[in-house]
Amino acid sequence: MNLDSARSPGRLADGEWHRLHPATPLLKGGIALIAILGVIVVNLRDVLINIVIGGGPGDEYDPFVWIIEHDYAGLIVLGIVVGLLLFIAGFYVSWRMHTFRITDEQVEVRSGILFRTNRRGRLDRIQGINIVRPFLARLVGAARLEISVAGQDANVQLAYLGSSAADELRREILLLASGTVPEGLGGAGVSSASATARLGELLGPELPPDAAPPESVVQMHLGRLLGSLVLSGFTVFLLAVIAAFVTVTVTTREYLFLLGFVPAIIGMGSYYVSKFTKSLRYSIAATPDGIRVGFGLLSTSNETLPPGRIHAVEVSQPLFWRPTGWWEIKINRASHSSAKGAAGQANTTILPVGNLADVRKVLELVLPGVISADEIALLERGLTSKGGDDGFTNSPARARVIRWFSVRRNGFVVLPDAVVLRRGAVWRTLVVVPAARMQSVALHQGPLLRRLRLAGIRLHTVAGPVMPYLGAIDAELAVRAFGDISQTAVASAGSDTSHRWRTA
Amino acid sequence: MRIELPAGEWKRVSPKYVMVDVVGNLIAAVIVVAAASVPAFITHNIFWWALPASLAVIFIIVLALTPRRVRAMGYQLRADDLLFRKGLMFQRFVAVPYGRMQLVDINRGPLDRAVGLSELKFVTAAASSGVTIPGLPEADAEELRDQLVALAESRRAGL
Repeated sequence: MNLDSARSPGRLADGEWHRLHPATPLLKGGIALIAILGVIVVNLRDVLINIVIGGGPGDEYDPFVWIIEHDYAGLIVLGIVVGLLLFIAGFYVSWRMHTFRITDEQVEVRSGILFRTNRRGRLDRIQGINIVRPFLARLVGAARLEISVAGQDANVQLAYLGSSAADELRREILLLASGTVPEGLGGAGVSSASATARLGELLGPELPPDAAPPESVVQMHLGRLLGSLVLSGFTVFLLAVIAAFVTVTVTTREYLFLLGFVPAIIGMGSYYVSKFTKSLRYSIAATPDGIRVGFGLLSTSNETLPPGRIHAVEVSQPLFWRPTGWWEIKINRASHSSAKGAAGQANTTILPVGNLADVRKVLELVLPGVISADEIALLERGLTSKGGDDGFTNSPARARVIRWFSVRRNGFVVLPDAVVLRRGAVWRTLVVVPAARMQSVALHQGPLLRRLRLAGIRLHTVAGPVMPYLGAIDAELAVRAFGDISQTAVASAGSDTSHRWRTA
Repeated sequence: MRIELPAGEWKRVSPKYVMVDVVGNLIAAVIVVAAASVPAFITHNIFWWALPASLAVIFIIVLALTPRRVRAMGYQLRADDLLFRKGLMFQRFVAVPYGRMQLVDINRGPLDRAVGLSELKFVTAAASSGVTIPGLPEADAEELRDQLVALAESRRAGL
């Protein structure tokens, strides 16, 4: 068994056991150890200088001075050295014991010294592969590869790998997961030569991102990003809080009261900074293995979502973004990253801010094969239209009682492979649920809706920030839509092959 | 106007479930009303009695409507999905494609066991699907579970 460490880009997905990057122990906690060592050395230096120069011990209390004066020096130094050696040995052994392998079917990780852990993930269940490069790891050229499968805390983490090895490995895992038959195994009815050619052709476009990054379809402008932060709902909330505080202070003349405000300001500042740095180098691009979303300035995160892993898409516009025509896109996905992303983000916002053209491009990317070009145009009209006769089945006029402003915009469309729900005239929202991903559909009616001959529809998807529901639509139309949607869901799920996306 | 689906025959839950539901609600009612009476006993203020009294009225309405509510529950095994309905005032219909099934639970509480009933829970990847069919005779529940598992297997879909 050949256990080469994953520093150099070789073929890692060969079914053999491999080790992680040698700098792993350092990146995972060794930094703290070095810091402790540094503190000790710096303190010792003062003492040594004092001894050499012959000056007396300083007035201030110093544990090292105390140790030397009490003749425990030898013992303590020995203890520290032994402790450090044990730590280093522990880190080394844990690195030796932490191995992974990728076979054609699954990815498997073994770790732990006393308590052994063995985690396997099936490749055809992969929901996304994320390459995270924390700032320190970037300095030494390492990256963390996170393979997420559906479920809470169901990630297989390979931390850390060499930067280029991580990219290479992601490409190989995606290739295996896509259902392409690797060279050597030979597919049924496919000659070896043509299989090789096909493999080469498939390998071609997906180069390591550092060598030839896939062109991002959306450019993030600095001004727009700043503007979107300033005009966010959070800012409004912040201004309201500040106004309240100032009013209280001025009326009570208790100026010390403002001091209590300082931690809050720091917290809010860090919120803005993290949101800003997270979105600054945003990119989204199409690859043969799904979309690739990149984020982050110092610590970067770069995730590939294979096709058919997006369970719901929401395009929304906060009120204050209306004049500038900006939109935000969020998605629901089955995996929940347990480890925080680059800046602790939940990787569900795939377009932090963009104009209508950006929205169109991102929708085309995230819903390939689900939405046709005509349908995209329909959605785009639906986003901005004032409602009425615009292709959507909207609420009847009698629903004005419970949908004061949005009665004309509150509607839905059932497309061949997706269901689109539109809500809100003040806070505009449009939700697209691919029918092949829908888990179930519900139709409901309470006493109020019954009096108005209305009903509500709710589509059930995996948990996430997108809530696909629609209230106050005509009861008869809702019943018909309920039937249509449940049939569409069954038909789309039956014809869906995205879990092995390259074997169409 | 009540919602009616243009669908076929509904299979209803066992009438014995009325008893289970009534007893369960009675126990809950006694506990909740007793807890709500505590402030009245402590303060000797007559107005505090409004709280347990109003709760008692709500529970009486709930109990009185139990037979109708149980009769309103029903399910259908359609060609490709399970259709479930419940509710009188708040009607809810759910259609779950068989291929979406992640697992089926059969639960029996002490009251259920006393009258030989089971509760069948159909779990999908979406927490909000929440299809729970109560009041099935034990044999029916197990048969239905096996049937659902077989159907799910034949129409297997990804997530």
